[in-house]
This record gives sequence, structure tokens and C-alpha cells, in this order.
Amino acid sequence: MVEIIEKLLLYCQFPFVRYALAVGVLIALCSSLLGVTLVLKRFSFIGDGLSHVAFGAMAVATAMGLANNLVLVLPVTIISAILLLSPGQNSKVKGDASVAMVSVGTLAIGYLVMNLFSKSSNLSGDVCSTLFGSTKILTLTQDEVMLSSILSVLVLAVFVFFYNKIFAVTFDEDFSTATGVNAKAYNLVFAGIIAVVIVLAMNLVGALLISALVVFPALSAMRVFKSFLAVSICSVVLSVFCALFGIMVSIVAGTPVGSTIVAMDILGYFAFCILGFLTRRSKV
Amino acid sequence: MPQLECQDIVLGYEGNVVITDLSFSASEGDYLCILGENGSGKSTLMKTILMLNTPVSGQIILGDGLKANEIGYLPQQNIVQKDFPASVREVVRSGCLNRCGWRPFYNKTEKQMAEDNMDRLGISSLAKRCYRELSGGQQQRVLLARALCATQKILLLDEPAAGLDPSASLSMYSLISSLNSEGITVIMISHDIAAALEYASHILHLGGGSCLFFGSKEDYLKNRSGSMFAKPEVDKWLK
Repeated sequence: MVEIIEKLLLYCQFPFVRYALAVGVLIALCSSLLGVTLVLKRFSFIGDGLSHVAFGAMAVATAMGLANNLVLVLPVTIISAILLLSPGQNSKVKGDASVAMVSVGTLAIGYLVMNLFSKSSNLSGDVCSTLFGSTKILTLTQDEVMLSSILSVLVLAVFVFFYNKIFAVTFDEDFSTATGVNAKAYNLVFAGIIAVVIVLAMNLVGALLISALVVFPALSAMRVFKSFLAVSICSVVLSVFCALFGIMVSIVAGTPVGSTIVAMDILGYFAFCILGFLTRRSKV
Repeated sequence: MPQLECQDIVLGYEGNVVITDLSFSASEGDYLCILGENGSGKSTLMKTILMLNTPVSGQIILGDGLKANEIGYLPQQNIVQKDFPASVREVVRSGCLNRCGWRPFYNKTEKQMAEDNMDRLGISSLAKRCYRELSGGQQQRVLLARALCATQKILLLDEPAAGLDPSASLSMYSLISSLNSEGITVIMISHDIAAALEYASHILHLGGGSCLFFGSKEDYLKNRSGSMFAKPEVDKWLK
């Protein structure tokens, strides 16, 4: 045990480990915050869909030789989020179908573009690391850490500021609109911050595992808690805990960061299932 | 001056016309019941009054100092709410949102208003309970309390007794009627002709793509063309 702690302390002296921990916590916090609303809105798979959009955009940006991928990735993902989350009254393709289409389509195009224009000799390695984010989080630069921090603080601020509105619009969109709350505008704001979080989260766990970050903490918290506020807070705490613990485990055991965090989230979910079962039993 | 007046409106959605030439009005303290078969356009009419749809033609005029965001609405339950983790207090408070504007949190007055309305509907003891774990009748009371936070003037109720057992729907109706006697205008969509005849002051009967009857309950009972559509129920009620 002492050995493990010494090893962790040793690793923490490296800036890249500290960066990874900081960014990991921030992303876990933001994604779980939005996860509650997304799960309730029946958009659990939007994380997956948008992350594939971001993957596709990233491939195109790399092919174009852009110095900073985010310049292209962020706007493209935001626009896709808005298109997916606020479908018009007369849209021909609804909800989950449009998410599935966009998700698969952009993944394929992204891979195609990568194949056609890649200058790298290790193509499958590139694809694997973009999708599973295996090493990206350990190679963050100081600028990227700053950018991630600013964006996460922004997401957090927007969420807290609009907390009551987001609750009302998620619970009952018709009622909110009828009583003069501009539900459409809040849906747009919400789509925007989801896109930002997803682009951020791609750095941490990679495109394929983002859904897990969004879905697991929210569902775990819902097993135990009964109010929106308690569920939101609990899912954030759980998600941050799993991210920290997952990164540490992956450093010590040398496992891939993203999948280790998700494994922690899965364990957390089962723990909360049991907890929820026990609390319900004790009440009855 | 009526609080709500519809003049020759034509209603529809996605290019289909559902109702033509509909005119009616509701004044302060009225209890208007909108009757009609499934598909007669009741819900479309309600959404239009709430400004969720725009009418194909004609206009809806709000008067008597009523503003568009002062209409309290009791919707039918949707699937999202079935597993929504929200406490009763959180749901009721969300009715105050139209008073907040840009202010992010509720102030003391609004919180007090939520408590008062929970008291008024006898659900104060449920304040910390989870909305999805309540019975159907209790859930309706929570949504009604939320609607009362949004308005002091007019309530629009969409099938308030749908899915409730007889005793729960009876207490729901008497609750609505007591709110009405406190001066709140009630517009209610219902299948339940017996309840409409029991409590309503005015009836609007929709059918066959137009308005079959609009007027006071007394006229509805006298008027052959009105009661014709619901003869068995009317006869039963008159007994």
C-alpha cells in the first residue's frame, strides 16, 4: 500500500500527471452535470453521436493541416448538437434515428478522410487514440489545460445560472413555453454547452467512451436520490470521484485511462444499485 | 370584457385543418368545459390558446388585463415525467419561473407562494416526496399547484381526471370547482359529460370539424341540437 502511494506521489511531481488529473476532474464534472438532463430527455446516445461528429471534424481538420483542431471541431459539433436537439416540428427523421444517422455517418467519413489524407505512418494507432483517447490526456500542453479549464468553468457557470430553467424545460416543455419561458432558447443554450463538453471530453476518454461519462453517474444517482438537486450533486460527486480514482489506477497499473475511468463508473453504478435497493428496503 | 375571446379561428397542424369557424369566449369566473370526441380538435384548441400552435386564421384576443404568460396550464402527463427525479417542492416552484425573468433563482416571495399553493391543495406533507412515486391523484394536485403558481386568473386543464379512480377524480373535480368559486376562470377539456354538466357554467361542444354548441349549461340542456349529441348522458344526468 505504501509503495503504491509513494509511486503516486512520485508521478504527481510530473506536470503532465497533474494536468491529466485536473482536466479529468473538470470534464467528469461537466459531463455528469449535463448527463442528468440528457438521460431524462431520452438523449442518452447524444454523447456518442456528437463525439463521432467531433471525430469526423477532427479528421478533416488534421487532413487540412490546421494547427489548432478546435477551431473547426468546436463549431461543427455545436451546430450538430443544435440540429439534433432542436428538431423542427415537421422533421422527417426523429430523435434516436437522427442521432444514429449522424453518429455512424460522421464516423465513417472521418475514417475515410483519415485514410485518404493521413501523413502519419501509424494510421490505426491514430484512429485508436482518437476514439479511445488512450494517451491523449497524458500529453496535454499547458495551453490545452488552460482552455479546458476556462471552458469547463463557463459550462458550470451557465448551468448554475440557468439551473431552474433547465429543470423546468426538461420536466415539462409545454408548460414552460405556455407560461412564457423561452424553452427553445434554453434548448439551444443547452445544445451548445453539450457540444463544448463533448469536445472537451474527447481529450479524456476518447470519442467512443463519452456516452459512459454522460450516462453512468446520472443513472447511478437516480437509483438513490429523489430530487433533481440531489441527483445533480450526487452524480457530479460520483463522477469526479470515479475520474480521479480511475486516472490513479491507470497510472499505477498502466491501463488505458479512458476505459479505466469507465470501468470505475460501472462499478459505481452497481454500488448505487445495491444502495438504492437497501434504502428502499429499509423504508418499507 | 372577456378574458379570452376566439374569433372565427381555423385550427390545424402540419397542414391539416382540424376545426373551422370556431368562436367562443370566457369571462372572469366562468367554468367552461370543452367537450368532444377523440380527434375533434380539443387538444389542438388548447395548444392554440396556450400559443404553442398558431391558428391557421382568425384571432385569439386576451382581455381584462390577462397576459399570455399568465395562463396556468395543467397538461396531461408525458413520458419524461414518469421517471423524473424531482421533489414535489421543486415541481411546484417551477411554476413561478415566469416571474423570474433573468433572475436565476427564486426569491422569498416565490418560495412562499409555492408553499401557500401546496397548502391550498393539501399536499404540504408531500413536499419532500419524489414526484414519480406519488399516486395519480396526488401528481395531478402537484401539477395544479404548479399551475396556480403561474397564474391567479385563468386555468386550462387538459383531462384533469384522466387515469384517476372514481374517488380521486371526484375530489379533483371538487377541488377545481372550489378554485373556480374563488374567482379563477377554468377552461377544462373533458370526455366526462356527467362531470361537465355537474360543474361547468358554459359548454363548448366540438365535433365533425366545427363547433356544435357554445353557450351556457342551461341552454345546452334545453337546446335539442346541443343535448342531441350527448342525449343518453344528459338524460341520465337530468334524472
